[in-house]
Order: sequence, then C-alpha cells, then structure tokens
Amino acid sequence: MAGFDKVVASYEEAMAGLTDNMTVIAGGFGLCGIPENLIQEIKRKGTKGLTLVSNNCGVDDFGLGILLPDRQIKKIIASYVGENAEFERQMMAGELDVELTPQGTLAEKMRAGGAGIPAFFTATGYGTPVAVGKEERKFNGRHYILEEAITGDFAIVKAWKADRYGNLVFRKTARNFNPMAATAGKITVVEVEEIVEPGELDPDQIHTAGIYVDRLILGTFEKRIEQRTIRS
Amino acid sequence: MALSREQLAQRVAQELQDGYYVNLGIGIPTLVANYVPEDIEVMLQSENGLLGMGQFPTEEEIDADLINAGKQTVTMATGASLFDSAESFAMIRGGHVDLTVLGAFEVDVNGNIASYMIPGKLIKGMGGAMDLVAGADNIIVTMTHASKHGVSKLLNNCTLPLTGKGCIKKVLTDLAYIEIKEGKFHLLERAPGVSVEEIIKLTEGELVVNENTPEMQF
Repeated sequence: MAGFDKVVASYEEAMAGLTDNMTVIAGGFGLCGIPENLIQEIKRKGTKGLTLVSNNCGVDDFGLGILLPDRQIKKIIASYVGENAEFERQMMAGELDVELTPQGTLAEKMRAGGAGIPAFFTATGYGTPVAVGKEERKFNGRHYILEEAITGDFAIVKAWKADRYGNLVFRKTARNFNPMAATAGKITVVEVEEIVEPGELDPDQIHTAGIYVDRLILGTFEKRIEQRTIRS
Repeated sequence: MALSREQLAQRVAQELQDGYYVNLGIGIPTLVANYVPEDIEVMLQSENGLLGMGQFPTEEEIDADLINAGKQTVTMATGASLFDSAESFAMIRGGHVDLTVLGAFEVDVNGNIASYMIPGKLIKGMGGAMDLVAGADNIIVTMTHASKHGVSKLLNNCTLPLTGKGCIKKVLTDLAYIEIKEGKFHLLERAPGVSVEEIIKLTEGELVVNENTPEMQF
C-alpha cells in the first residue's frame, strides 16, 4: 500500500502516460527553478505535438529549448521567448505556434485553472493585441478583458525539498511559477533536491500541499545560470 | 546636451520617496537603483518573486536560485520577502507598487505605450510589462525622445502594437520631462542646455509649453 507516498524510482516512471499532443505546464522563470531532468525525460521519450505552457522556453541546449530540435513542441504559451536561435527559426518559419501571454495573466491562468475558476477579468492587455477576440467588460469605469484558465494533462515542477507525501518547499526565486503549475496538472510530477520523511517539514513552512502532487522524484541538478552578474 | 543613461536614471531617482515599493524595468530603469538618495529607504520589487532586491552578489554569494526579472544573479536586501509569480502579480495588478519605471519604443498623447514588439522583427514577448502598465498608477517611462534619424517617438498615435492603453502620465526622455494629460504632452522640464525649440521640433504630438520651462537640476 503506497498510501500518500508519491515517490517514484525512475524518470521513466515519473513521466509515464505522457503521449503525443498533450498539454504540459512547466514551472520556472528563465532557467531558474526549471524541472530540468523531467524536460530531459520528455526529450528522451520523443513525445511530439506538445502544447507547452511556461513563462519562457529555455535556451538552445538547456531547459525547454532542448525539445525544439526534434520538433516536439507544436505550440507554446509564454510571456517571453526567443532566447535561442532554433526557437526563432521555427517561429519565423511558422513551424511553431507562439501565443504570447502577459506574465501576470499567465500566472493567474495557471492559478485559476488549478483552483477550478474557468476565467477571470483583468485590465492587463486591454486595448492591445492580447485583447483581440476576448470579451470586454467595464467595472467601476475601468476596462477589463476576460482571460480563460489553463489546465494541463501534465504539470512538471521543480521544488527544493519535499516529504514523501509530496508536501513541497521551494527555495528563493526558484519558486516563481512552480506552485501554480503544481495545482494545474491532471498529473503533477515534481522533482526535488531532497526528500524527507512525513513530519519532518514544519507544516507552517510548506508552500504547496501534497494534495496537488501525484509523483515525486529525487534528482540532481545542474542549475545553469543565464546571466552571471557579480559586483566588483 | 541630451541626458546620458546615467543622468536619466539620476533624474528618475529624484522622484523616489521614502517608503516607496518600486519596480524597475530592464535597461535604464535598472540603473535607478544606483541613485537612491541616502536619506530615504525604498524597496525594489522583482516580478519573478522577490521584494527587497539587493545588489549583485560577490563571486562567493552567487546563487542560481536567486535572480531578478532580467535573469541576472542578485542578492536580497535586509527585510526582503519571497513569493510565487501569482502573488507577485497580485501586488502589481492590485496597485500595491508605488512606482513603476520602464522603457518604451513609443508613447502618444493619449497615454498609450508601445514597448514590446516590432512586427517583422523578432518577437520576444511582453514579459510582465503589460501587467505593470495596467496595474500601476504611478509610472515613469524612460526613453530617447527621437530615433537616431530624428524621428519622434512622442506621437499623436502609437504606430507599433500597444503594451497598454491610456496608462502613461509621465515620460522622461533624454531631452525633456513630460506629463501627459487631456490628450496633450505638457513640457515640465528640459535637459540642461536643450532648447524648448529643439524639443518642440522632435515632438510629433501636441506639446504644451509654459513660459520659462526650467532645466533639470542634478
């Protein structure tokens, strides 16, 4: 009996059931707090036609960017992209569908999706290309547009620590989109740097409750830095 | 003389007030952090989930888990807090940030801003800029007044896709500090040594000029 124990032994098991044309929500901001090994596993599996929901799309040889050369991504919903040459090439050639979404709206779409809220009104994007085709309403004299929630067949998440029940703690700005992503997957897979026994995490300090987590795996991480800036 | 990048940052810094929570965009706005007056306290918000951004780290302090919205490694200031992206944009969208400073390609007399996309060229995305301009009441746009070829960026109508509609009230260019109200630009200050005539020449939208427009003080 596994009970609430979410730990799986292999990356293959972690991503079991991912098939072509599914929607995958990924946590991370730039290369910070990305589920780097789960992305590697998607590359290894060769799953194609994916719709990815993520703030960014990695760089040429790291993060979600590694899914580009084999044309595994059909569509990406993101706020800021194009940090890599292959992405640009595929977008300009019309091989990759890109839906640019304001960063706060993207976060809220995931949050709403996970919270069972189908849509919400926001002033963000009113009067811009983002508003095209969307319902508009006025509240207290201000214009708002209706944005629909997002859920995924899978959510892939990177956390710092977890207990075996899938209670999660994130670290510094590696938290970013991960908690919302965790709530919005039909199957949520989390990779972490450390797994402890239930009861070892202070319940007051848990950022994401294990109820959202389906599979948990212990990983080792490169944690590549995109812009290494130091003070002299 | 047109203002340097550093002078633009210095002039924006004069608008900071004690106790302000401030979001600084990428580029010139980031430099504002270098000119915070010593007698006041401000806290910098980084939309990837940090309130209380500190200076760049030393080699020993570098932490891959601690970056700013420009994906640069940073540190945390005393009293900093960390949160997720939804919470971060709740702060922004909810109007809790006291001052937002960001760059732009164009602004117009109706307070529209275009800053994220030049059609036909590579399209990188708006990141958090649309949320920032929609959520903040107090925004300063920093930009060059005109292109290298003398084409005004302060227009009757923005020509590029908009980042936000009717949301900009203050613009600081390398030539002038301008307020937008009632469908017109209003000249508040001019860069040292820059004539009112020169500013008028490089401003496409209607510009209201009072007698004796003061020079910026540094």
